[in-house]
Amino acid sequence: MTAVLKHELRNYFHSFTAYVFGAFLLAIVGIGSMLYNLQAAVSNFEYVLSFGSIVFVVIVPILTMRVIAEERRQRTDQLLYSLPITTTQVIAGKYLALLVVYLIPLAVISIYPLIFSQFGEVYLPTSYGSLFAIFLMGAALMALGVFISCLTDNQGLAAGIGIAVILFNYYSVSLSEYVSSTSFGSVIALAVLILALGALIRYLTRNELLAYGVSLVLAVAVCVICFVDASLFEGLLPAIMKQLSLFERFSAFVNGVFDMTAIVYYLSVIGFFLFLSVQSLEKRRYN
Amino acid sequence: MIKVEHLTKYYGDFLAVDDLSFEIDEGHVYGFLGPNGAGKTTTMNMMTGCLSATSGKVEVGGYDIFEDANKAKELIGYLPEQPPLYMNETPEEYLRFVGEAKGLRGGALEKQIDKVIDQVKIQGVRGRRISALSKGYKQRVGIAQALLGNPRVIILDEPTVGLDPIQIIEIRDLIKQLGQEHTVILSSHILSEVQAICEKILIIAHGRLVAFDEPDNLEKSLLAGSEIVFTTDAKEETVMDILSGVEHISAVRLEEKENGLVSAQLKTDSSDIYAVSRRLFFAFADKKQALLELSLKKASLEDIFIELTEGGASGQAGLSQPEDTAAEQTESSSQTGDETSAGTESEEDQV
Repeated sequence: MTAVLKHELRNYFHSFTAYVFGAFLLAIVGIGSMLYNLQAAVSNFEYVLSFGSIVFVVIVPILTMRVIAEERRQRTDQLLYSLPITTTQVIAGKYLALLVVYLIPLAVISIYPLIFSQFGEVYLPTSYGSLFAIFLMGAALMALGVFISCLTDNQGLAAGIGIAVILFNYYSVSLSEYVSSTSFGSVIALAVLILALGALIRYLTRNELLAYGVSLVLAVAVCVICFVDASLFEGLLPAIMKQLSLFERFSAFVNGVFDMTAIVYYLSVIGFFLFLSVQSLEKRRYN
Repeated sequence: MIKVEHLTKYYGDFLAVDDLSFEIDEGHVYGFLGPNGAGKTTTMNMMTGCLSATSGKVEVGGYDIFEDANKAKELIGYLPEQPPLYMNETPEEYLRFVGEAKGLRGGALEKQIDKVIDQVKIQGVRGRRISALSKGYKQRVGIAQALLGNPRVIILDEPTVGLDPIQIIEIRDLIKQLGQEHTVILSSHILSEVQAICEKILIIAHGRLVAFDEPDNLEKSLLAGSEIVFTTDAKEETVMDILSGVEHISAVRLEEKENGLVSAQLKTDSSDIYAVSRRLFFAFADKKQALLELSLKKASLEDIFIELTEGGASGQAGLSQPEDTAAEQTESSSQTGDETSAGTESEEDQV
């Protein structure tokens, strides 16, 4: 794993990627600090982080797009398969390298609240709580990006899908106010989700029976619940969209709540997508 | 050293490797021979753990490649068909990564890197970016990668494809050198190449092992499938008359050329093709007829495959034969799904 980690880090710092990523993050947080903390003289650093979080829509996919896609394009994935390291070690090494690249600009940013506190009253627990949360949120988005990169050998496509998915996630709370909140709308949405899950299972396991089976069981369950008490589904779709939003959970920290459920959620998202990435790499061995 | 048992691989419905079994001993150079699409790369990918098998087993040095993957992989160095190189790195950086992934550290790693760079002779380009190297040098970097960690087995998939003649000779010499210290397995679809380097040859066709022998023995069967080709200015009837007096000629094909010459292709059922040539020569000389050209056309690899896959039953290559072959192939591929045991039997006959 350390071999992969070192190799990835060397790669990031030999090319522009790490620098572009860091520069973007620092630039947007810098602009935010200037607007909020300096010009408007607000002492809350967390607002700056909240303002800057949209930059993740662009910089995370740019950083993660090449992780696996490039290996597949260059056929170097064959090398990784033939080396005495497991696919879990490969993904873990690559993911840790991403975290290191991400932590460097964050370390710089973490000095800002201290500097501002020299000139006024800054409530440091909220500032650093939010900083910690934005670290976890970025880490979760990166895990998502790694998985998307596993799906294709085209970097551009990986970046495009990544941007679309993260952008949708960013706006899902605002969108949730416009989607149907009737139980019928929710059932339709659930049906789509079940189909997507079935497709994912089929893609990962190549086992059609399992995919159809899981989809069918879930579909039957939804139908049964719908017949028993349709009112249970009311407002479900907007609720799901809110619950899935990574950005929405971050805003709790900005409001001064150190939300443990959010932390568990971020860690689960990281675990889930890294697991899927490993499975996706393993699956390539079967074709 | 390597034991392959009943290895089978399906790609969807397509049977790529069909119940392959063989054993490879330590300290020889083995050649994997087969036409394109015969299943060479698939087999090698499975032997190195890059690809899972539908069924069957591969053991390397006693470790199962699928169960004990890491232990087995430590014994193998693999160069896939397309060298897996990181184009934006220098050979030295690249080899350092591979070495670390193989568990080498510190001084041992540096020593190994220097050693393999010397072995494959890339000292002059060790600091250049791989993307700027020629195909021959890229291939060498790929081989260097396989050599790191001093594995007992080195597996090379078509190591000379796409190289110029000089580079091919250099790579062949390198492989021969490697064969003194390691067990080397290489694949190729060029018979002469395998003959030149390998001590033992495995021939694969349609995912099945059709021959596993030393080159000399294969050469004999190769010669047996050869044809005698000659050109004469005698009349067709005279030629037929003379040929009828020569023993061991199993089939004749005559062709009249525009300039009045007759060219002929003969097949023989004798194992000594030179003796038949000699008799032919004197038969013409006795009748005071001139042979303007006399040569042996060695059977191509394809001919051997046809012969080996059909149990050596081929006689004269008449018009009807290709149809028969095609018919038999479709038949056998439709059977393979459930009748693998039948396949094994015929395979054993041939081996």
